[in-house]
Amino acid sequence: MQSDNVGKSMEMKNIIPRILMLMSGLLLVSLFFFPMWNITLYAPQYPGGVAMYIWINKISGDTPATLQNINILNHYVGMKYIVPESIPELKYFPYIIYGMIALAVLFSIINIRPLYLFWGLLMIALAVAGLYDFYLWEYDYGHNLDPKAPIKIPEASFQPPLIGKKHIVNFIATSYPALSGYLAGLSIPVAFAAWWFKGKK
Amino acid sequence: MNSFSSYSSLLIVLLSAALFSCSNPGVKTGGVLDMDNPSKVYVAPGEHDEFYAFMSGGFSGQIGVHGLPSGRLLRIIPVFSVDAEKGYGFNEETKPMLNTSFGFVPWDDSHHPELSQTNGETDGRWIFINGNNTPRVARIDLTTFETAEILEIPNSGGNHSSPFTTENTEYIVAGTRFSVPYPQKDVAISSYEENFKGMLTFIKVGDEGEMDIAFQILLPAFDYDLAHSGKGKSHGWTFFTTYNTEQKTTLLEVNASQNDKDFIAAINWKKAEEYISQGKFKEVPANYAHNVYDEKSHTATSTMKKSVKVLTPEDCPGLVYFLPTPKSPHGVDVDPTGEYIVGNGKLSADLTIHSFSKMLTAIENESFEKEIAGIPVIKFEEVVAGVVKDAGLGPLHTEFDAKGNAYTSFFITSEVVKWNVGTWEVLDRASTFYSVGHIMIPGGDSKKPQGKYLVALNKITKDRYLPTGPELCHSAQLYDISGDKMKLLLDFPTQGEPHYAQGISADRIKPNSKKFYPIEENEHPFRTMGEKESRVEREGNNVHVYMTTIRSHFAPDNIEGVKVGDKVYFHVTNLEQDWDVPHGFAMMGANNAELLIMPGQTETLLWEPKFEGVYPFYCSDFCSALHQEMQGYIRVSPKGSSVPLLWRLGEDEFES
Ligand SMILES: [Cu+2]
Repeated sequence: MQSDNVGKSMEMKNIIPRILMLMSGLLLVSLFFFPMWNITLYAPQYPGGVAMYIWINKISGDTPATLQNINILNHYVGMKYIVPESIPELKYFPYIIYGMIALAVLFSIINIRPLYLFWGLLMIALAVAGLYDFYLWEYDYGHNLDPKAPIKIPEASFQPPLIGKKHIVNFIATSYPALSGYLAGLSIPVAFAAWWFKGKK
Repeated sequence: MNSFSSYSSLLIVLLSAALFSCSNPGVKTGGVLDMDNPSKVYVAPGEHDEFYAFMSGGFSGQIGVHGLPSGRLLRIIPVFSVDAEKGYGFNEETKPMLNTSFGFVPWDDSHHPELSQTNGETDGRWIFINGNNTPRVARIDLTTFETAEILEIPNSGGNHSSPFTTENTEYIVAGTRFSVPYPQKDVAISSYEENFKGMLTFIKVGDEGEMDIAFQILLPAFDYDLAHSGKGKSHGWTFFTTYNTEQKTTLLEVNASQNDKDFIAAINWKKAEEYISQGKFKEVPANYAHNVYDEKSHTATSTMKKSVKVLTPEDCPGLVYFLPTPKSPHGVDVDPTGEYIVGNGKLSADLTIHSFSKMLTAIENESFEKEIAGIPVIKFEEVVAGVVKDAGLGPLHTEFDAKGNAYTSFFITSEVVKWNVGTWEVLDRASTFYSVGHIMIPGGDSKKPQGKYLVALNKITKDRYLPTGPELCHSAQLYDISGDKMKLLLDFPTQGEPHYAQGISADRIKPNSKKFYPIEENEHPFRTMGEKESRVEREGNNVHVYMTTIRSHFAPDNIEGVKVGDKVYFHVTNLEQDWDVPHGFAMMGANNAELLIMPGQTETLLWEPKFEGVYPFYCSDFCSALHQEMQGYIRVSPKGSSVPLLWRLGEDEFES
């Protein structure tokens, strides 16, 4: 990068931030091809664990029947059935991501330094809002229990961890980002890198 | 009879003392002194066995699946006998599996399991087994461990020399143990020589395993005991042992034991294919059942087939040869190279080994001693390759390892004898407890034995386990055969009476084992594809209940409007999609059995209510914490009652 050739350096200064901004947008595209979050329940009678994957637009399991099996487990304690069709976020989140990808393309064409910073900060805000929303859903599933539930465990919380590992009755629940979650997260430092390169003398 | 049996016991004592002074009859346990033995059969909790062993159930009609080396029982596969525990033969879907030309036959005697092979190696796709009593063969699908197909064998009097595959599972065979009049007719039993025939059947196996009789070969009225197909150089031939070449019909234990030599029948089935394509067969009327279980509709259908192609050796030169073999041979076993054909002359002290290449030369030179019904009898000395001398008494069956050794069971002297293929020299002997029948080495009758273990399938148990009254489980014994000396490792009880067994390394089956049936693939005509579709429909006296199960309730679980004299069909669909979550369905007063419905499956129980009242039904397989709550009621009203048909689940009530 420390080129002696001033002309070449100017050129790099223009191209690198643009490429980085496009890369940020591209990293978000992965959200449509890979899951972004994984919650897995472990118990002795589920040798491989029961894994649930949250995508930007759907919820899946390690088998087509996983969601049914999680719902069967959850109904004993009165947790609501997870019905992806009834989760509005799965419908409108994709549009927000389309918007962010479009902005990334637009900003890389315009190539003005503050826009790169703006994109990165906007993405952080969205990620925080998304995680908060996720927390609210988890809280609702874990606490808003059917009063007619067959099994009632006073004081027990069935809320999965936001991130990390937690005992829930006979299960150990883990909750971590999955591939596209990491890639989308990476789009933020990449956007800041665009901002930094653009400002470099 | 008495004098005969005391003569033979005397003989045994004398021979045992004379020939086998090294085996000490005072050592009861077989000398389990080796401290390594427990670790050799120990499979730690949660670990898997290295081999599957499929043991025939004999008079149970089923197959027992064990793990080796632990000997643990893994499953019993219902094949030829009804199994109330699984609803097999009791539910409407599997009743057709046991249909025959004699109607529903709920029991059989299953003797010889045989794994499918590719290039002479066990491939783990299917296992076949014979039904000896009402002649049948079955195919079991090893992705589900369920019986997929049963084919009845016409013109047979007892399917014993069966199923024994060819090296690419082109054919399995079915030779009759008892010759019978051909065609069946009312004749004097004493007209045996004139009217009776022995039929050997070749069953074509298709790419999906489907079985179809390709042709039958009409042979003289002997008893055809066991078989094995050639491999490698002898691929294209199948060998059958015979006894009762004396052609007697009464007191066979004496009368059928007079000839010094009986025969091994060598069948050139490639030649048979030529004769079939040349049209040299007779299409003969027949009536036999072909029963197929469809994995998608979870339902079996039975079709009666009406003819069969029969080849007669007189019209087909070169199709069959007889190899003289002492004495009432039981097993006929082809070594992994395909060159040697071992005749286990069960009333002899010697083992006779024929050479396949000598046989071909003898045929070429026409070194025949005589002809029987158009079948050349090859001169004994022109076909025999060697004799294992005085190896024991009562050789029944031989298996092979991958190192050029053979292992033969000796029933009378109760031992397994290891000998070298080629030098015919006895290398080792091991006692069995007691009276071994067949033996099994994983892959031991294939081109590629997987070695390591030998299982002895014993006929007599006596004191090997805690006593359980007069009847005891048959006992199997596991030997380590990896070294020069056989080492007894383990005793384990089995179900029924295992005659023969097959073993295969677990990795050829385990990865393909299904966990459940995908519900979206369910094609059962009475399936219920979700709780919302559950309902009750009346068609005259027939009431169809479209019921679902999921942890932990039936839908519907209250039914009213059924009347005495109705036929109530409970079509229960298990909506679960998780491994090992079957639900049961048990109906009070049912005259059949329970249902045990696998995830994604639909099964039907017919119930004919006899008395008015309210009767419970419940789930019989502990499925969840709320299993005990998985129950319901059905109300039965008198004939002609006007109680409307209604059904209920929780708040939801429906009326038709
Ligand atoms: Cu149940």
